[in-house]
Amino acid sequence: MRKKNWYLTIGIVLTACMLIFIAVGFFWTPYAPSAMSAGDRNGRPSLRHLFGCDSFGRDVFSRTLEGAGSTLTIALAVLAVGAVCGLVIGALCGYYGGAADALIMRLCDAVAAFPSVLLAMVVLAVTGPGKYNVIGALGVLFIPSFARLVRGEFLKYRDRDFVQSARLMGVSDLRIIFVHILPNIWPVLLSGLTIGFNNAVLAEASMSYLGIGVSAQEPSLGYMLKDAQGYFFTLPWCTAFPAAVVILLILGVGLLGEGIRERMGVAS
Amino acid sequence: MPKLKKRALLLLAAIVMLPASLCGCTGGTGHSGNDSASAQSGELPKGRSKVPMPVKRAALLLAVIAMLPASLYGCTGSKGSNGNSVTVGIAQDLSNLDPQLAKTAGIREVLFNIFEGLVKAGPDGSVIPAVASDYEISADATTYTFTLREGVTFHNGNPVTIEDVVYSLERCAGSENDGKPLVSAFSNVSRIEATDDGHVVITLAEPSLEFLNALTAAIIPKDSGPTITETMIGTGPFKFVSYAPQDSLVMEKYSGYWNQEKAARLDKVTFKIVPDVNAMVVGLKGGTLDMVVHLPNSLEGEVKDAFTVHEDTMKLVQALYINNAVKPFDNELVRQAMYCAIDVDQIIDFVCGGAGVPTGTSMYPAQEKYFMPELAGNYAPNVEKARELLAQAGYPDGFAMTITAPSNYAQHVDTAQVIIEQLKAVGITAELVQVEWESWVSDVYRGRDYQTTVCGISADDMTAREMLVRYMSDNQKNFINFQDEEFDDVLTRAMAATDEEEQVTLYKRAEEILNEKAASLWIQDLCDLVVMKPELDGFTFYRTYVIDMSTISYK
Amino acid sequence: MGKTLLKRAGLLIGTLLLVSVLAFVAFSVIPGDPTDSILGIEATEEQRLALRTQLGLDQPIYQRYWSWLTAFVTGDFGQSYKYDMPVSRLVAAQAKVTLVLAAVSFVLIVVISLPLGLIAARHRGGIVDRAVTVLTQIAMSVPNFIMGLGLMFLFALVLHWFEPKYVPLEDGLGAHLRFMVFPALAIALPKSAMTVKLLRGSILGEMGQDYIRTAYSKGNSQGSALWRHVLRNAMIPVVTFLAMAIGDIMAGSIVVEQVFSIPGLGRILISSIGNRDYPVVQAIVVLLAGVVVLCNFLADLLYRVMDPRIDGR
Repeated sequence: MRKKNWYLTIGIVLTACMLIFIAVGFFWTPYAPSAMSAGDRNGRPSLRHLFGCDSFGRDVFSRTLEGAGSTLTIALAVLAVGAVCGLVIGALCGYYGGAADALIMRLCDAVAAFPSVLLAMVVLAVTGPGKYNVIGALGVLFIPSFARLVRGEFLKYRDRDFVQSARLMGVSDLRIIFVHILPNIWPVLLSGLTIGFNNAVLAEASMSYLGIGVSAQEPSLGYMLKDAQGYFFTLPWCTAFPAAVVILLILGVGLLGEGIRERMGVAS
Repeated sequence: MPKLKKRALLLLAAIVMLPASLCGCTGGTGHSGNDSASAQSGELPKGRSKVPMPVKRAALLLAVIAMLPASLYGCTGSKGSNGNSVTVGIAQDLSNLDPQLAKTAGIREVLFNIFEGLVKAGPDGSVIPAVASDYEISADATTYTFTLREGVTFHNGNPVTIEDVVYSLERCAGSENDGKPLVSAFSNVSRIEATDDGHVVITLAEPSLEFLNALTAAIIPKDSGPTITETMIGTGPFKFVSYAPQDSLVMEKYSGYWNQEKAARLDKVTFKIVPDVNAMVVGLKGGTLDMVVHLPNSLEGEVKDAFTVHEDTMKLVQALYINNAVKPFDNELVRQAMYCAIDVDQIIDFVCGGAGVPTGTSMYPAQEKYFMPELAGNYAPNVEKARELLAQAGYPDGFAMTITAPSNYAQHVDTAQVIIEQLKAVGITAELVQVEWESWVSDVYRGRDYQTTVCGISADDMTAREMLVRYMSDNQKNFINFQDEEFDDVLTRAMAATDEEEQVTLYKRAEEILNEKAASLWIQDLCDLVVMKPELDGFTFYRTYVIDMSTISYK
Repeated sequence: MGKTLLKRAGLLIGTLLLVSVLAFVAFSVIPGDPTDSILGIEATEEQRLALRTQLGLDQPIYQRYWSWLTAFVTGDFGQSYKYDMPVSRLVAAQAKVTLVLAAVSFVLIVVISLPLGLIAARHRGGIVDRAVTVLTQIAMSVPNFIMGLGLMFLFALVLHWFEPKYVPLEDGLGAHLRFMVFPALAIALPKSAMTVKLLRGSILGEMGQDYIRTAYSKGNSQGSALWRHVLRNAMIPVVTFLAMAIGDIMAGSIVVEQVFSIPGLGRILISSIGNRDYPVVQAIVVLLAGVVVLCNFLADLLYRVMDPRIDGR
């Protein structure tokens, strides 16, 4: 009998809850996230304002919903940029090898050797803050890790019998790469995606927290935490709830990834 | 293996206790860490051979590490300051300490204690003699004659001579900067001359009553210009001791100060740079700071019970500055409509807890002679009227615009956010663009490439003139591109006026024009808090942006 | 092996050069002008032009890079625009603070994770193991700055164990370290969780190896010699992980410094980025890159020393 995969179960439930929570925020918030109300300033959490109010009398619950949406969008976009480019580069490098492969991998090593938050800080110092700049900077910095992951897998498969025979049968390289090999590395890629997602959430939150991420116009959870720091001791709920959402989001996806690895028997 | 389990549990306990041992001191008792550590190490040698080596080693390591903090951390009841010294928390960093070049108000307010000019600012906004004992201004306001005060010495003990004075004045006029004045008002100087060992005469190209303010520029020893940021020798009540960037500036009492009546009452003052306002409050409460200047008043509630809070304004004008040259803001009606759409009192309430002072024009209340509080009432919040004006201007459904704000100034960003909400009511959708300070300077202020921006404008030399002259059509500081013939005419006459009363009247007329035309949406002079320990006494707010530490003492 | 090391060292220098070129180019295309922060907002065009010439900003970029590089290798990191003093003097004190923070974090990671990992592996499936597994999974999910905020809330506000106000080294080593433990914990806890997990997995993986199974089947279940073998092999990936983690610890320091308002490299890096003080940013980025790359190199070295099976490819 198969051992119950608790990681997967809890991971799926938690991630689903978070996604529903965030999805609701895209369509409905109890108050307009930026609406200010003089009477509710610095209000404690209550039935009217579940997560309390900030110094402008804005509803922290609504803002958290909106911020979580922003964070999720950024993380997914970063993942899309990093994973798609990384997949293509890694697949080509792994499949063809050669001097180009060596050069690109050295470059990837150089970039990957460096903490992505630091590099993204430097990039954002050049481009200035803003949602799209964050996505661009982080997305590019996420390419190397995916490229290395995918390349490693392709190296494993490129000389396997089924690939050899496909080649003999005159199947085009592109078809071999994407139709024959890619499905085999899916589990590894999936678990890489969960790790990448968490890193993206983490990096975005850190950068916005340092004030070099998104702007006040499109507050993400990280930005809310930065905003709340001035009131850390007086209005702790402005910090606590966005922080909790970040943690639960990362925890859920982390467990999900763990579950996938356990299920597929992939080493982390 | 029960033995092993016991070991493991012990280890676990030690780990859990580790943080406790690190900070047991402040927690109160302070013995738990010590005990657990020694108990561990005392028992270990008796371990049986059955115990796996690595575990044993790990436990030993752990015990050593756990004991380390216990031995390191003596219980010290640390107090920030002792004796007759004070540590002052300031938020902004100090850089380039050249007293004659001092660019930011934050540097000037600190250096006020170390350097003096021929004259210096008095608490009431007047100018009082300092290195000069007396002065005379000719009736046509072009010749200034100063008498050097006897007995003034530099912090190195040398007496101040007329050569030092002439050298300093010439340096202000640009003698060490390829002829470009370090102090902008000195561009008006045509001649600086020592008539004898005790007098210096300054001749101006154009008459000016306000040039006297520029002579607060520091007097420094002859030829010390190139090294002044290292030596920092002046004539003020405090002498410079040390400076560490992003950390602190230390100064101590100068016992040879010329005015013994006003000599410093403290022996040592440390300006501690604390960029984080929470850390400031904590520093106050924890005793590492004795005094804090420019605390945002959102934190007033945290400190008002245990500390003395002095409240004043910042001596600047915060406004939604509007680029008058771009559409739709070139239309006066649009600007007026926006002024009616915003609620200045609500902004002050949200951003400053109600403590700012509405200005209504480009003048702050500390300029008592010139300030016109009635102007602030001219644009009462009125959504209908705003919509009407917008319709007249051809924008019945509003429009979209951007507000640029320097991201390092939370109060400006906050104000912009409130304005965005208020403008929504009349159909104007504003978008906030946060930029770095340097980008703000190059794009908005100098490049004038923006629609609207929230910032605070103060007067470099603390004169009323400085607050107004920048809005003349061709002034290079006119970053809002305000063009108005009447305004230009009134100001030209005001500056040439040699009769003070006439000058005041004309300046006031200029202020009215800025308000009538809604050249920008003038909001407020921000609130400024100085918080100090109740034992401290003697603080006075100046009408200008300085912190005079010489009057402060322990009760 | 010597040849491989040489190759690795070459790679190390190449990486550093690459980072420095990237940073140099990046800061040359940045909007905003460093002369603004030096001269203030009212400077005239001529003043700014003169200063640009004086700072050498009018030279082509490759020339500036070359003169910067040649000076850098001799230990001259340039002159800060804003503070008008050598970068080395400016950065030295801050670097010390960050290094202390990173070092304390590293020690904490080792102290926390090794015993926990051992215990969890030893008692696989037991209560302790399960508790450790759950805790590590949660701790791994908390970003270090949020961990910092949490620690500050708990220990400063609720328990009053420390004042969230930076205590400099001048106030005594003990007081300094006592303060530093909390920000260090914020960095160390999430990383420790990962280390525990890795160590536990690694030990269990090693126990599953054939030679251990053989030993078990011979009834040699708890021999310390056996444990030594298991540990020795199981430690290899952990040591590598720890050395590689130093980069993350440094990056973590920079973020967590903001939470606890510690005047380390993070603060001066962020303020220098804002001030367009290129020489300072440049120096910090390259120095950090140096530390990170060097640690990776050492990790590689350790890996080879600990596991003789790996030979130079």
